[in-house]
Amino acid sequence: MTAVTSIDSSSDLVVDARGLVKSFGRTKALDGLDLQVARGEVHGFLGPNGAGKTTTLRVLLGLLRLDAGTARLLGGDPWREAAQLHRRLAYVPGDVALWPNLSGGEVIDLLGRLQGGHDRTRRDRFLELFDLDPTKKSRTYSKGNRQKVALVAALATDAELYLLDEPTAGLDPLREADFRTCVRELRDDGRTVLLSSHILSEAEALSDRVSIIRSGRVVETGPLEQLRHLTRTSVIADVTAVPEGLDRIPGVHDVRVENHRVSAQVEEHGLAPLVQALGAAGLRTLTSQPPTLEELFLRHYGTTASARRGDD
Amino acid sequence: MTSALAGTGALVRLALRRDRWLLSGWILLFALMTGFSASATADLYPSVQDRVAAADTINSTASLVALYGRIYDPASLGALSLIKLTAFGAALLSVLMVVIAVRHTRAEEESGRLELVAGGIVGRHAPLTAALVVGFGASVLLGLLTTGTLVAVGLPSGGSLAFGLGWAATGMAFTAVAGVTAQVSTGARVAVGLGLVAVGVTYALRAVGDLAEHGPSLLSWLSPIGWNQQVRAFAGDRWWVLLLPLALVAGLVPLAFLLRARRDLDAGLIADRPGPARGGLAGVWDLAVRLHRGVFVSWAVAFLVFGALLGSLATSVTGLVTSPQMRDIITRLGGEQALSDAFLSAELRILGTIVAAYGIAAANHLRSEETTGHAEMLLATATPRSRWATSHSLAALLGITLLLLVAGLAVGAGDAIVQHDASQVGRVVATALGQVPAAWVMAGAVVAVFGWVPRLTGAVWGVLVAFIVLGEFGVLWKAPQWLMDLSPFVHSPRLPVGSSDVVPLLLLTATAALLSAVGYVGWRRRDLSP
Repeated sequence: MTAVTSIDSSSDLVVDARGLVKSFGRTKALDGLDLQVARGEVHGFLGPNGAGKTTTLRVLLGLLRLDAGTARLLGGDPWREAAQLHRRLAYVPGDVALWPNLSGGEVIDLLGRLQGGHDRTRRDRFLELFDLDPTKKSRTYSKGNRQKVALVAALATDAELYLLDEPTAGLDPLREADFRTCVRELRDDGRTVLLSSHILSEAEALSDRVSIIRSGRVVETGPLEQLRHLTRTSVIADVTAVPEGLDRIPGVHDVRVENHRVSAQVEEHGLAPLVQALGAAGLRTLTSQPPTLEELFLRHYGTTASARRGDD
Repeated sequence: MTSALAGTGALVRLALRRDRWLLSGWILLFALMTGFSASATADLYPSVQDRVAAADTINSTASLVALYGRIYDPASLGALSLIKLTAFGAALLSVLMVVIAVRHTRAEEESGRLELVAGGIVGRHAPLTAALVVGFGASVLLGLLTTGTLVAVGLPSGGSLAFGLGWAATGMAFTAVAGVTAQVSTGARVAVGLGLVAVGVTYALRAVGDLAEHGPSLLSWLSPIGWNQQVRAFAGDRWWVLLLPLALVAGLVPLAFLLRARRDLDAGLIADRPGPARGGLAGVWDLAVRLHRGVFVSWAVAFLVFGALLGSLATSVTGLVTSPQMRDIITRLGGEQALSDAFLSAELRILGTIVAAYGIAAANHLRSEETTGHAEMLLATATPRSRWATSHSLAALLGITLLLLVAGLAVGAGDAIVQHDASQVGRVVATALGQVPAAWVMAGAVVAVFGWVPRLTGAVWGVLVAFIVLGEFGVLWKAPQWLMDLSPFVHSPRLPVGSSDVVPLLLLTATAALLSAVGYVGWRRRDLSP
């Protein structure tokens, strides 16, 4: 244990994975994946469904055995030293399954004890924050509430590293905002967070750096500003009369018009002029949403790479 | 009502697609078992005198009557060759139907897959209807195929039809029973458990009823498995008795639909009460105890009741021996003590086999906790893999031991109360505990398969059935000795227990330990595979 600690302090990489390869039968879930997460950062781990995010996290947890490559977690070997390393991390699985007969409170306390004990005030604070009733039997929880149980159990743990696999997938927008507050607190406290997501805006709001995974490889990694070029907002508007020349506004792309409906992909600097133009044209409804990762991939990487692989 | 049934056809096809190997395999196995038994019996007892003598022996041996029932026409080849399959086969068939019916109702609901389907054009009553259609269809097909097999090996067609239809009607009855138990509880495990309790109770009812001096008594007539015997195929072919299981089906099916209509998806009949806000579970062992507790307690209660019942019958067994020759043989073999010992040994052996089923189910928690994703949650904490696996393995081994202790005490107490003599309790308990290592072997087999080929963990059930069938029919079918010796149950001690039993028991224990160790090695090397 002392040896592990000394390696750990000499390195500021909490996760250091190089050339990870993992196959399930004939499908290659990880195909030479590299991932580095530095101490104290919130690292967004982005990729479409089935890209290999969950597989990577399971490898880092020692639940899956690597076919090739090396993985270091908190300075240790995630396969051999799984149980010792887990003492220093907290995990929220992507698909939270709870024991139907146990109450939420029982599950939270059990998971806490298995980690060496929760701080009771932290636990109660997060229960309140997420507005979760701990006396209900797990079978009666919705997907979102099951996720809250796992989140409370993980956040109440005093850990160095938090591995969160699509933690907001079942949360309503209000709790999602609370969750973001929690993650920021963790970072301010000097903890490391690896946050897997397929929602770009979520990673954008929280991450210091992101890695983008596709078909079992990391295709982009770096600080968010560098990847800012990836983000475009999708805008759909109903107008009384369609104005001319929308596609000539800088930063506005893929303009399509159907009857009175206009849709377009817009970079940040194109939003204001577009909305102005639409407003002048008698705007009736306006919806805008950040593009999904899948759309981004189609645009930036094409569909040339081999078919989707992976498990999650 | 039509909209409530929308999608039934699609669900039936889905069920048949999922179960095509399981169902066709079991149906064939059952039909072939009858054919084997009939032709082997014809070889074994070629003359009418041989058959009458064999039938008389069975009818005057209490443990056999309790196990299989009576032969109502000693001269009939069909009645003699199918005696083991009439009640015992019907019970196996009922277990199969319970499992299938729950598999397509509550198990689907619990896993959330039914919700996926229910979102499509599937009516409220479609899943239950589809499960019943599949169960009923499988029962009827199995019955008719059995009839065909029996006719093919040369038995009279009337009796063959009566026997096949008797099985079909029993299968339908327990499909309907499972249709009801699936509505009552929210867990598939509990739904199957309740169905199996129903099979066990009806089997025991008829055992007691058949043992009565001028049996079958009323108790046999309270049991669907008893009805199957009272059809008396090849010994009178009483067709009207077939109406009883059909009437039961006609009663249970509307009840199942009524219960389904009164509850929501995923809900049971009993609403969930709130639990504690703070948990007292200190670790994986506490969790395992909590997860095993409910099923264990219900088994323990069942063993207590039936053990006492079986024990109290042991002294009445000598009453069945009517012929002076039989009495003479028995006296020379060791007197009435030997007779009641034989009876108690047979009962304890059966309880030992049933406990193995508990052990397999309990050890299967390893796999079910893995597939549900519960294991992932635990193994992401500071819990080592081996500690987690030990929690469920140990719970299974300990459960087996405690259940057989309860069974031994109950049988011994039942015997002692009737005889006003408690001197037998010690040796009965010792014999009951002697059945423990064989059941451990089966639980160990689950751990071994779980460690290396987790997807096949359920296959140990098939091995158990194979051992039971071999134990019952191996001699009749002239199976090679080495094959029959593979079954751990063969090596379990009988009364009176002696020092010669020590070595087999040690070997069985060592086998169980070895199987578990092999499983641990695999489990520590392999991927978690939900």
